[in-house]
Amino acid sequence: MFLLKLLLKNAFRHRLRTGLTLIGLVVAICAFGLLRTIVDAWYAGVEGSSSTRLITRSNISLTFPLPLNYAQRIRAVEGVSGVSWANWFGGIYITERNFFPQFAIDGPTYLALYPEYLLPDAQRNAFFRDRQGAVVGRKLADRFGWKLGDPLPLRGTIYPGTWTFTIRGIYDGVDAKTDENQMFVHWSLVSETLRKRMGSRADYVGVYIVGIDEPNNAAVVSQRIDALFANSLAETLTETEKAFQLAFVSMSETILVAIQAVSLIVIVIIMAVMANTMTMTARERLAEYATLKALGFPPGFVVGLLFGESLLIAALGGVAGVAATHPVAAAFSHAAGTLFPNFHVSELTMALQLVAAAAVGVVAASWPAWRMSRIDIVQGLRHVA
Amino acid sequence: MPADAPVPLIRVRRLSKAYRRGEQVIPVLVDIALDVAPGDFVALMGPSGSGKSTLLNLIAGIDKPSSGTIEIGGVDISGLSEGELADWRAANVGFIFQFYNLLPVLSALDNVKLPLLLTGLGAREREERALAALALVGLTDRAEHFPNELSGGQQQRVAIARALVSDPALIVADEPTGDLDRVTGEEVLDLLGRLVSEMGKTIVMVTHDPKAAAHARRMIHLEKGVLVDEAAA
Repeated sequence: MFLLKLLLKNAFRHRLRTGLTLIGLVVAICAFGLLRTIVDAWYAGVEGSSSTRLITRSNISLTFPLPLNYAQRIRAVEGVSGVSWANWFGGIYITERNFFPQFAIDGPTYLALYPEYLLPDAQRNAFFRDRQGAVVGRKLADRFGWKLGDPLPLRGTIYPGTWTFTIRGIYDGVDAKTDENQMFVHWSLVSETLRKRMGSRADYVGVYIVGIDEPNNAAVVSQRIDALFANSLAETLTETEKAFQLAFVSMSETILVAIQAVSLIVIVIIMAVMANTMTMTARERLAEYATLKALGFPPGFVVGLLFGESLLIAALGGVAGVAATHPVAAAFSHAAGTLFPNFHVSELTMALQLVAAAAVGVVAASWPAWRMSRIDIVQGLRHVA
Repeated sequence: MPADAPVPLIRVRRLSKAYRRGEQVIPVLVDIALDVAPGDFVALMGPSGSGKSTLLNLIAGIDKPSSGTIEIGGVDISGLSEGELADWRAANVGFIFQFYNLLPVLSALDNVKLPLLLTGLGAREREERALAALALVGLTDRAEHFPNELSGGQQQRVAIARALVSDPALIVADEPTGDLDRVTGEEVLDLLGRLVSEMGKTIVMVTHDPKAAAHARRMIHLEKGVLVDEAAA
């Protein structure tokens, strides 16, 4: 207790200096946490992937559709437990700023393959019955204040015209990783409308979602599916859902690397600031440390005082930085809208923030602690702070 | 020394200390021999650069000689390692510095407790002994005051209490009244005298002030690192 009292009193001997150092630490640790959370959010789609789902798309490009009649053949492949399909709808709700993902799906088969979207049976059946029905995620509904039964007009971009849907279901995610910012409408309505308006674009799907019995068979089943359509006019590329999501992330890989680099640079900067603080502190107290050594305290005691003080400041700054990260992340998520559907500070990130703070405390004290442990008592006693 | 003289607490023989500055070797002490009996009060005097503080530092065990021996209480401290010297100092030496060298963030009581952290005493016993030491120097009512709330004389008395609290046989004082006015300095010197006469402590004090030295029982003069004169005060 005596030593803890001494550490606390020493840490706040210069309140302004310690206060400013703490502010720097809180900002750095908070920034580190926020940047890591952004990177995590970027990979959220990957994390939310299922090991029992494959995505089959055109081998040429995701923008090239696949024939609807592929579904039956894919369903017959050994190892396939279910097949559904989806098209990216891409409509505009009032203004382009209100972006959110929209998919035209085959309701029964799609929702069967995505058990993580929790939808009450009554709402599910209402959606199935209404061809103009729509299912939206909870976060999306809360964002716009939508309720069951509300009309939902969209201005088509990929599929021109004005589309009016009715909200028949609001789904909740099974856990925090589930994306609740999506909207689903009936593929059959879109295809039928396209047949009336354009003819040639009907009966085509964007991607097939394929359920498999056994995750370990993903590669084999993927090969079997692609072999079915090799040398056809619409060759396929089948991959795990995780790989499919990673492909999107890899397009921004440079940005992600830069963000991660910045997050580490921020820690290095605060490390240098704190090292300066501890070096100044040690120099001012040279006579005190010499006095302690003269009284018989071993060099390890002086080292312990410096490390203890540094770690105490780092711990305070680390904990405060972690606490500050949550409201900052919430504000960022609000400002980013649906850009990051899954934006929360993970436990791993918080743990890394505390580890970073501890590392700052250790590194900052290392050099002054080593110097002070070696001070000559006589020279030190002559020092005037 | 007479045959019936007490065994010296401090026995210094052929003690020399030199500093190296590049290629140059600068002698600070040359072939010092000195005996200090238990319960003695010795003042080391001399002009600036005479080596008196160096001799004090060597006796206190915070510096190492270039050659010679220093026996204190039968222990040749000139051969001890740094760690052994630290342990020896903690048990055998009390320090009084010219500028008190109290920790500014600790109260008077906590400053006095500091040396007791090196003993195996519990918190309550440390508190009791520290209070007893403060009472000896007449500062019980200032126990919770911080150094910046005390006068120079009071700070030096706290330092004296700190020097006494682990009950060392030897107390070294480097210009203990150097930063005090005459009246306060006299009070401190009287206190040191009482430590010798009433508690049997052995004190070696460095001073350049003959009036301060007059409180000691013996005055030892150094000049250019050599012991030139010794007299009773």
